[in-house]
Amino acid sequence: MTLVTVVFWVFSGIAVFAAVMCISRRSAVASALWLVMTLFSLAGLFVLLEAQFIAVLQVLVYAGAIMVLFLFVIMLLNLGRAGPTDLKGPIGLAAATILAGVLMLQLRPLGNADPPAAMALPEGSLTALQQQQGLVGMVARPLFETYLIPFEITSLLLLAAVVGAVVLAKRRL
Amino acid sequence: MLFGPALAVSAMLFVIGVAGVLVRRNAIVIFMCVELMLNAVNLTFVALAQRLGVAGQIFVFFVMAVAAAEAAVGLAIILAIFRHKETVDLRSINLLRG
Repeated sequence: MTLVTVVFWVFSGIAVFAAVMCISRRSAVASALWLVMTLFSLAGLFVLLEAQFIAVLQVLVYAGAIMVLFLFVIMLLNLGRAGPTDLKGPIGLAAATILAGVLMLQLRPLGNADPPAAMALPEGSLTALQQQQGLVGMVARPLFETYLIPFEITSLLLLAAVVGAVVLAKRRL
Repeated sequence: MLFGPALAVSAMLFVIGVAGVLVRRNAIVIFMCVELMLNAVNLTFVALAQRLGVAGQIFVFFVMAVAAAEAAVGLAIILAIFRHKETVDLRSINLLRG
């Protein structure tokens, strides 16, 4: 096992453990903080998978902005104290376990999958692209050339979200 | 190199997110589980980008933008419901049940 593989499994273990803690903690604040832990270790995995810029964005946007939004709402709703558990009863738990188990069985074969040989790039081509265009340039170039129109549509989506959030959260306009 | 393991980890995270949505009753925690599922999909995209070209990393941008928009609007809806019902427990939010 190389060092990269060891670090990969360490980060994966942390991510999965923190995700399990996130769905099983009673208090919403504890859940949110465990989710931040998962997001950080996912950022580590992104670095190992040669997506350094995405990893930085993950920490800034997800672990930073979105989770702070969640914590603010938890604070506004005064849910910080751990109340009675909100887990479902035994029937709900059993149904959820069975459904999740079936889904896991269906998704597990992905772990042995290989990309189709006709489409797969040669090993290390992403590293070569990084050295040629830089970490940011590698992502920015297709974003502003091939995917320019989807990128512009994203701005419309964000505008709609801003207007929607203001309209919904205001007591009266 | 880490292609298969990354897909396996993302499948596990996705399933944990699904289980969270199924077992919890707190609307905000369910919302966080949805974010967890989105992140699992992001991990898939990044793993695929390593072998199939950098487009997968571009998609992660769009997923993040959608997630940010969804978090803003969804939390605003939760705030509006809380103002109306004084709770975020899904047992008491059942207007459509008839």
